[in-house]
Amino acid sequence: MILRLAIASLSARALTVGMTVLAIALSVALYLGVEKVRTGAKASFTDTISGTDLIVGARSGSVQLLLYSVFRIGNATNNVTWDSYQEIAGHPAAEWIVPISLGDSHRQFRVMGTTKDFFEHYKYRKGQPLEMSDGVIMDDLFDAVIGADVAKSLGYTVDSPIVVAHGLASFVEHKDQPFRVSGILAKTGTPVDRTVIVSLEAMEAIHVDWKTGARTPGQSTPADVIRKMDLTPKTVTAALVGVDSPLRTFALQRYVNEYPKEPLLAILPGVALQELWGIVGIAETALLAVSAMVVVTALIGMMATIFSSLNERRREMAIFRAMGARPVTILGLLVIEATMIATAGAGLGLGLLYCGLVVAQPIVDSAFGIWLDIDAPTLREAVVILAVVGAGVIVSLVPAIRAYRMSVADGMMVKT
Amino acid sequence: MESSVLELSEVSFHWPGRAKFTLSLREFALERGETVLLLGESGSGKSTLLSLICGTILPNRGTIRIAGKDITRLSGGARDRFRAENIGVIFQQFNLLPFGTVADNILLPLQFAPGRRKRAGNAKAAAAGLCSDLGLPKDVFTAKANTLSVGQQQRVAVARALIGHPHLIIADEPTSALDANSQAAFLDLLFQQTSAHETALLMVSHDPRLAERFDRVVRMEEIAQIERAVA
Ligand SMILES: Nc1ncnc2c1ncn2[C@@H]1O[C@H](COP(=O)(O)OP(=O)(O)O)[C@@H](O)[C@H]1O
Ligand SMILES: [Mg+2]
Repeated sequence: MILRLAIASLSARALTVGMTVLAIALSVALYLGVEKVRTGAKASFTDTISGTDLIVGARSGSVQLLLYSVFRIGNATNNVTWDSYQEIAGHPAAEWIVPISLGDSHRQFRVMGTTKDFFEHYKYRKGQPLEMSDGVIMDDLFDAVIGADVAKSLGYTVDSPIVVAHGLASFVEHKDQPFRVSGILAKTGTPVDRTVIVSLEAMEAIHVDWKTGARTPGQSTPADVIRKMDLTPKTVTAALVGVDSPLRTFALQRYVNEYPKEPLLAILPGVALQELWGIVGIAETALLAVSAMVVVTALIGMMATIFSSLNERRREMAIFRAMGARPVTILGLLVIEATMIATAGAGLGLGLLYCGLVVAQPIVDSAFGIWLDIDAPTLREAVVILAVVGAGVIVSLVPAIRAYRMSVADGMMVKT
Repeated sequence: MESSVLELSEVSFHWPGRAKFTLSLREFALERGETVLLLGESGSGKSTLLSLICGTILPNRGTIRIAGKDITRLSGGARDRFRAENIGVIFQQFNLLPFGTVADNILLPLQFAPGRRKRAGNAKAAAAGLCSDLGLPKDVFTAKANTLSVGQQQRVAVARALIGHPHLIIADEPTSALDANSQAAFLDLLFQQTSAHETALLMVSHDPRLAERFDRVVRMEEIAQIERAVA
């Protein structure tokens, strides 16, 4: 009955109580939302590449190598010679190796030369392989496979022609060797979506008439002549390597890092991704901290609301006291009230979060490639909810103790 | 002495704080079923005395016995419980929790007094019975307290004080918010109930016109000494 009276008392003040509940709900939804995006972003990020044991490139920083080889951000300072590549491929620990050759672009998208093995060995999201949404893997020298974002933003379909520009952000295009879209990859949420993939030989073919970055004047080799040329590359930018047994990963890594003929670097993608996330993640942690402050603000707002209600409720407390309620009961009543407000707020916040997720999930996935799971609340979220309710209880102790003091001092008389 | 519901002796109390107010009382008692009107000017310490009797404040000295029990020796929690079990309280006005129903309000003291709840038997039925005895319309029972007229609210307060039949009813100027006609009707109902159950009634007022209806009239200055020191 006391509980029912507490609820009746709350509903008699429905407007202010409702506002307080709403403030807590919004702050909780914001916090959980940020947390959700953060874990989603982190998962999508660290799931960018999986199944690859080592990434090999010219010696630089591990984050830099990861950035250009996987995220196609920035450029390699140096390449790996074809001989070195062959030697690493021949190492007994190397089960498979996929070369990557970068440097050209098509519109705003990077062009990557590789082998058909790339489609077999590149995995993302816990070992998920690449899949074609249309067409087939490149077969001809001048075939290209494009990522989902490339197809969507440029409106390409299978058989669309592609002209590759040499270098980045360059307007000099390789007009002589037009490519054809042979296949379009399904959306992955990884940088592959924004990549034009051609064969390693095609990468060479583009550059037949180019020496040191400028076009050799007057020279234009016809496509059929190029097809007959030896298009073995001199260098590759990086290589993805699979190791036959996890134990030998470090042996191969050491072999590459101590490779005598040129300075090379082999990195563990998982470790480098974590390292990179450590840099990228700071912003997200700051965002999380800000939204935690919003939750704290909402709880302090609740405290202020209870505080300001105390004076007008002196009479109510005196009645309780006269009927035999102990001062502790008055304290308990206020704490119960705060618990109900905080619980309602947290619960409503959780509801808002799920409503928001249902709306935002497809938008966030297509816009940022971040997949937000809609599951039952995780343990972490349950802990957050409990923490909000717990903090609400603690915060409410301040006005509750004041009410306790007032009801001891006033007794059952209230000066009117 | 057995029949005394209330006995105060050698009680002294002063409010802490800057405006000092000290109340000293040698002897005051109330017999079983007796109705007493306590008259006194505003500020003469009537409400303070009632608070002492209810045990919400403790005297600096002296004993206060209710139904033979010295409440000054009880702990705070036990005093609250004792009040709930043995005393029905009626205020001047705003007696009820406005957001609760009439039933909620009448049953409220039983929440803190298991013994009194047992005495009340079927509490809901007892409350409904009191309501009809006090001439409240039937449908009022489930109505929110703040929808009632002032006169009706005071009658609900009487029902709340009477439920479970405590030995003593304390009323602090319960009629001062009512007009003359309602006052008379209110007192009729109150006396009907107290005489039916041999309940002692201590009512405080500054209005001497009510005197003739009580067994005994006591003036504040006859029983108590008051000291004021304005600091
Ligand atoms: N809660 C309180 N704290 C301090 N002083 C009080 C309190 N209540 C009453 N008093 C003092 O006690 C005096 C008597 O008040 P009260 O017992 O209410 O008189 P009455 O009910 O006869 O009008 C007042 O003058 C006031 O100064
Ligand atoms: Mg008074």
